[in-house]
Amino acid sequence: MFKTFPKGGIHPPENKLTADKPIVILPVPPQVTVPVSQHIGAPATPVVEKGAAVLAGQVIAEAKGFVSTNIHSPVSGKVSKIDTVVDTTGYKQTAVIIDVEGDEWVTTVDRSTALEKEITLTREEIIERCRQCGLVGMGGATFPTHIKLTVPAGKSCDMVIINGAECEPYLTSDHRLMLEKGAEVLTGATIIMKALGVERAVVGIEANKPDAISHLTELAREFRGITVQPLKVKYPQGGEKQLIKACTGREVPSGGLPIDVGVVVQNVGTAFAVYEAVQKNKPLVERVVTVTGKSVANPGNFLVRIGTPVTALIEAAGGMPDDTGKVVNGGPMMGKALAITDVPVTKGTSGILLFPAAASRRAEVLPCIRCGKCSSACAMGLEPWLISVLSEKGMWEKAEKEKITDCMECGACAYTCPAKRPLLDYIRLGKSTVIRLARERVTK
Amino acid sequence: MNKILNVSPSPHISTPETTRRLMYGVVIALIPALAASIYYFGMGAIIVTLTSVVSCVAVEYLVQKFILKTRPSVSDGSAVVTGLLLAFNVPSNLPIWIIIIGAIISIGVAKMTFGGLGSNPFNPALVGRVFLLISFPVQMTSWPVPSGFRTGYLDAVTGATPLGVLSEGVKAGESVASLMEKVPTHMQLFYGYMGGSMGEIAAAALIIGGIYLLWKKIISWHIPVSILVSVALFTGILWLADPTKYADPGFHLLTGGIMLGAIFMATDYVTSPMTHKGMIIYGIGIGVITVLIRTWGAYPEGVSFAILIMNAFVPLLNMYIKPKRFGKEVKHG
Repeated sequence: MFKTFPKGGIHPPENKLTADKPIVILPVPPQVTVPVSQHIGAPATPVVEKGAAVLAGQVIAEAKGFVSTNIHSPVSGKVSKIDTVVDTTGYKQTAVIIDVEGDEWVTTVDRSTALEKEITLTREEIIERCRQCGLVGMGGATFPTHIKLTVPAGKSCDMVIINGAECEPYLTSDHRLMLEKGAEVLTGATIIMKALGVERAVVGIEANKPDAISHLTELAREFRGITVQPLKVKYPQGGEKQLIKACTGREVPSGGLPIDVGVVVQNVGTAFAVYEAVQKNKPLVERVVTVTGKSVANPGNFLVRIGTPVTALIEAAGGMPDDTGKVVNGGPMMGKALAITDVPVTKGTSGILLFPAAASRRAEVLPCIRCGKCSSACAMGLEPWLISVLSEKGMWEKAEKEKITDCMECGACAYTCPAKRPLLDYIRLGKSTVIRLARERVTK
Repeated sequence: MNKILNVSPSPHISTPETTRRLMYGVVIALIPALAASIYYFGMGAIIVTLTSVVSCVAVEYLVQKFILKTRPSVSDGSAVVTGLLLAFNVPSNLPIWIIIIGAIISIGVAKMTFGGLGSNPFNPALVGRVFLLISFPVQMTSWPVPSGFRTGYLDAVTGATPLGVLSEGVKAGESVASLMEKVPTHMQLFYGYMGGSMGEIAAAALIIGGIYLLWKKIISWHIPVSILVSVALFTGILWLADPTKYADPGFHLLTGGIMLGAIFMATDYVTSPMTHKGMIIYGIGIGVITVLIRTWGAYPEGVSFAILIMNAFVPLLNMYIKPKRFGKEVKHG
């Protein structure tokens, strides 16, 4: 009954502290910082000037090229400046900074909460709407949604998988969304099915969310072609390739994409955003973020406007505990540590995780005892001990032969290492070098 | 917000499992067998164990401190495990000075010269054991008899293990059936009522330790099961072919170092393969070589040699036996 992927995986403590905390709407902050690059691909080009008055939902930066997407103002107010800021990745980029005045929305947006099930748009209109509304994958990868909904020539798609695994410990934003906006999520799934021209969708949910499984199973009876697939609790169950294998038995080829086996995967948060964009004409200007950590006074799930400073989110959760030593943007397995908290929430921010100082430092690295636990943990069938050493020693060709580029950087190997070796650090180095060298080979 | 935050790449959490916890897990698993040894051999078992553990830890500490001039890492527990396993692989009446030589060879030569924990190709305790066996054949094969052994034929087998009785007897032309009269029953063998190396005799206690290791996920089943099954199959075939010349599989599984070897020696992380497929091939190799030595070799027992021989194949197995990769390959335009 519970399905999973066949090889590897780990069971870190789940620590879903905020699983029963309903989504709280965070008040609009006095100022927002909206980076123009919140997606994979070319940064958008700002189309507003300093001093311009903007409404919530108005385009403030336009997509540049196909692999790019629009950025909208999440608030109403005046553009204070267009400046270079540090974003959640730690890099500098252009952002539009807006002083908030009131909360006026563009009139085309339907802000009612009534469920709108009837889909009137055509396939092409849906994809165009997703592009217009600046939709990206909300699971963290932030790949523009309109591209994923466009099946490339020569490929075919027969199935949609909605990723509700949320296998990262601590994070609960997708869980809450499924519970509180289940019908909207399933309508979003139906829209995605229509855009792709497929008859079937499966919602994969890990067994540690029994309430979400039963709620969506109940709701799915009202939706044609959608079923709920309970999944075993095992990290990385929500990894795209692992999820497809668990739900369909199909194996995405090495170096391939889900579409190679006729599947498109969308995150629960993305399905909800698709619903809002298509049914309510609402651009992607807010998202649910889990703010959590064992010392956090009031951890919770917050619906926040894009561009809200992370500091405001942490304040909403009871402030930064004195013992905090690390703040992570995302989950503990794949999230990125923030150097400063004065950075804006972006489309890809799924959680803010605060670690006490004691848990924020790495343990002493000991010699590899060749226990093989990393190989057993790797869901891609790689040998992390080997490819990390090959990277460490700069043996790029051998690392390439050992399929280092198949690594999805889930971190299961480094998590499981009893000698606390920084396996993934070296593998990341090797993977990026191998990809760079391969590109150079092609261009030569 | 002037707080200085730590920044490091993901993952930000790590398993509570550490090298030290794994090593002490092995020590805990060895306790039943140690208790059995003390029960059968008394004071000798205690003295041999203490000498071996203390000298292994001391050798590692001294080598790291004075020769390698690195920070001693004896607290990781690996030298304690080697010390216990070396003690388990020698008779309980071995003189202290020979044990110290064994510790120097095990830790000093077989482990530290290769770079210490994680770098040694051969199982340190077994290198020490085989070195002693070749250098001190008399002391290393004068097996004390468990104190409970008070039956009539006891005098005849003083100093010999059941495998020794079998090997000598078959060479002298005796039938296996009559030899089986001279050795303890299978049930006695199971509880450890026989002569032999101090820690190898009590199959029951070793199996309890093995179950603990499996339960704590310190080892996987692949190596022990493939060794035991291949020994059982190989000796079973021989036994079915000619029961007058070959002993039954039960006898082979319960005597000598098979249990100790399969559960504790061959499963040493450092010197065993990294993949499950590799582990099974390695285990089968150990089982087959053990039976070959026992049946046709010069020594009555061959587990130590079999494990050391297969240790040498481990780099090869790691190179050619790969885990099943996720996803078939595709050509990308």
